[in-house]
Amino acid sequence: MSYHSIVMVKQVPDTANISGQVMKPDGTVNRSKLPTIFNPEDKVALELALQLRDRYGGTVRVMTMGPLKASDLLRDCLYMGADEAILISDRKFAGADTLATSYVLSEALRQLAPYDIVFAGRQAIDGDTAQVGPQTAEKLGLPQITYAEEILQADGEKITVKRKVDRGFEILEGTLPLLITVIKDAATPRPFMAKRVMAYKNAHTLLELEKMIEGNSLLYLDQLKEEYVSKGLFIPTLTADELDVDPERCGLGGSPTKVHKIESVILGGGAHEIIPPTKDGMHALIDKLMEDHIFG
Amino acid sequence: MSENQQQVWVFIEQREGKPADVSFELLSKGRKLAESLHGELKAVLIGHDLQALAAETFRYGATEVLLADHPELKHYNTLPYSRLVSELVDQHQPRIVLFGGTFIGRDLAPRVASHTRSGLTADCTDLQISDVTYLRKDYSQLLLQIRPAFGGNIIATIICPDAPVQMATVREGVMEKIPLAQPVAGRITPVPYTPDAADQLVRIIEQHHEESKVNLKAAPIIVSGGYGMGNFQNFQILYELAHVIGGEVAGTRAAVDAGFIDHVRQVGQTGVTVRPKLYIACGISGAIQHRAGMSDSNKIIAINDDPDAPIFGVCHYGIVGDVMDVIPKLIDAYKHKLK
Ligand SMILES: Cc1cc2nc3c(=O)[nH]c(=O)nc-3n(C[C@H](O)[C@H](O)[C@H](O)COP(=O)(O)OP(=O)(O)OC[C@H]3O[C@@H](n4cnc5c(N)ncnc54)[C@H](O)[C@@H]3O)c2cc1C
Ligand SMILES: Cc1cc2nc3c(=O)[nH]c(=O)nc-3n(C[C@H](O)[C@H](O)[C@H](O)COP(=O)(O)OP(=O)(O)OC[C@H]3O[C@@H](n4cnc5c(N)ncnc54)[C@H](O)[C@@H]3O)c2cc1C
Repeated sequence: MSYHSIVMVKQVPDTANISGQVMKPDGTVNRSKLPTIFNPEDKVALELALQLRDRYGGTVRVMTMGPLKASDLLRDCLYMGADEAILISDRKFAGADTLATSYVLSEALRQLAPYDIVFAGRQAIDGDTAQVGPQTAEKLGLPQITYAEEILQADGEKITVKRKVDRGFEILEGTLPLLITVIKDAATPRPFMAKRVMAYKNAHTLLELEKMIEGNSLLYLDQLKEEYVSKGLFIPTLTADELDVDPERCGLGGSPTKVHKIESVILGGGAHEIIPPTKDGMHALIDKLMEDHIFG
Repeated sequence: MSENQQQVWVFIEQREGKPADVSFELLSKGRKLAESLHGELKAVLIGHDLQALAAETFRYGATEVLLADHPELKHYNTLPYSRLVSELVDQHQPRIVLFGGTFIGRDLAPRVASHTRSGLTADCTDLQISDVTYLRKDYSQLLLQIRPAFGGNIIATIICPDAPVQMATVREGVMEKIPLAQPVAGRITPVPYTPDAADQLVRIIEQHHEESKVNLKAAPIIVSGGYGMGNFQNFQILYELAHVIGGEVAGTRAAVDAGFIDHVRQVGQTGVTVRPKLYIACGISGAIQHRAGMSDSNKIIAINDDPDAPIFGVCHYGIVGDVMDVIPKLIDAYKHKLK
């Protein structure tokens, strides 16, 4: 049996590389100064979905809720091998906490049904809550397996998954459809495929097509869109209207949690000896540690 | 406002009937929150054969335990547990519900919050009750949920001004466990559980839990790895280094969370505090919570490819470079000099 997967992916600020200039004087994060990356565990989740497709056949779709710029992330997914990418974007979705985010994502999944498995990363590196996956599952009445580190096998309606727990692991058998959140160690994401990069670097959303024809009256949007759709290069965008969501449950307004105050953590530097990362450097370091009576 | 709305609940986590430390830590904190609210502290306990454990919560000030006891609930399983807790929250509308930020709590709490449409704040480092003015409106006695975000670079205070139920998760070791001199005279209220076919959509086939016997505190040399080690495989080189120079291997919470190393080897605020002769920090940024557990080491070496990483602020010897390049050189240099 083949399986149809949908992977939830998120574009995140590269929080591992936050430097001084990223923090504004008022202690808030200057997001425009932060490079954005593919949330690491989402990339692993996509890899796992692609491996499942390699093994059993089926399809892999990816979706993200985010600003228009998130189309970059979707192209990355197409480069890795996703069959289709969907952008979920609307001003009404801005400022969402995990409850409002999972509401919109679950409504999108309703529209994209049927599917066998929804994959998500365990957590996104900006909010770090690990809540969106389970909350999305709950809204759809789906069972979930969190902290998955390996898919052992799929057999008809059943999937067997090894998941990490405190001081050990569990093997669970779940009935499809279900949602799986994936930890970093589950797989190593494959590199982009050159052929796919060539093909999909021209994949665009409707808004990107609109931008392309600005100042070029010879091209008509409908025509252009049709051309992109027929070439498989159109990235559909789902908006609040298209999803028929309750606006009260979306975005900042639909979020019970509010950020009341933010402070930045400033860590001071201290004096230390710099050792060059070379063979000689390491020899010198060993000498110093012998002098310190740590070795020898 | 009904009197119910001033209840503070703590989900008590157990495995094989053994309670998680974090649950007692949360009860201790919950007791203070309940005092501020002039409310009541209650424990929610699910499992099988747990009368003794239920009574243990009275030592931490729980005045009532809502206990669902059934053979099919012996092991934590997402669907039945989340169904039970969600139904209880729907029915009683407690003002605050606290969960451990553990593998179980982080699996369970989001589902309960989603079902009851409550705000849920992850990994809080502090919880306080305070009156708040938010968007020019005054709110009395809100829960201030203080948590780091953006990889520990910022500390945010989160509130849920309009939600009837405020929920939070807290990691183990963050709050202090404070038993009462005398247990309170609490009561145990059974919660009925009727098995449902849908509860077994995910079945547990096998479970492996290892009790570990590492003694980091006694190790003279500790080789510690962070998220910057990249993956599980790379992390193994630390065992080689530790073996060669005669040390133990430890890690940061980010390394533990990523599955590179076991939780018992975590150094820091919510792990072990160590003071070895030598601490080698490999691919570790040097977050305040990590430094709390290692900055008193006699000598610290830091290897990090980011010259601005805060770990360089506490180390004695700093090496700016890629761990997978530097560590093999260090191993070679040691073998060359001392063997
Ligand atoms: C300082 C700060 C603190 C915050 N604290 C909280 C809090 O405690 N509670 C809370 O409810 N919200 C909080 N938020 C809001 C939260 O960060 C956002 O809702 C965020 O968009 C989703 O949460 P996350 O990053 O924690 O995702 P996680 O829940 O960690 O993400 C898990 C997985 O869900 C999927 N996913 C998540 N978002 C998307 C998306 N937009 N599109 C597709 N897939 C997605 C991915 O697969 C991801 O790996 C906070 C925000 C800030 C700025
Ligand atoms: C309540 C609470 C309690 C906590 N308790 C603890 C605790 O007990 N212990 C703990 O450790 N943390 C704890 N934390 C987490 C802490 O805030 C940090 O998130 C964590 O310590 C970061 O771990 P890290 O340094 O491994 O990862 P990161 O912060 O991701 O740092 C990785 C580092 O590796 C470097 N790097 C990347 N690639 C390479 C390479 N190839 N070569 C060399 N360097 C590289 C990067 O420059 C970066 O500096 C706690 C947090 C909270 C909120």
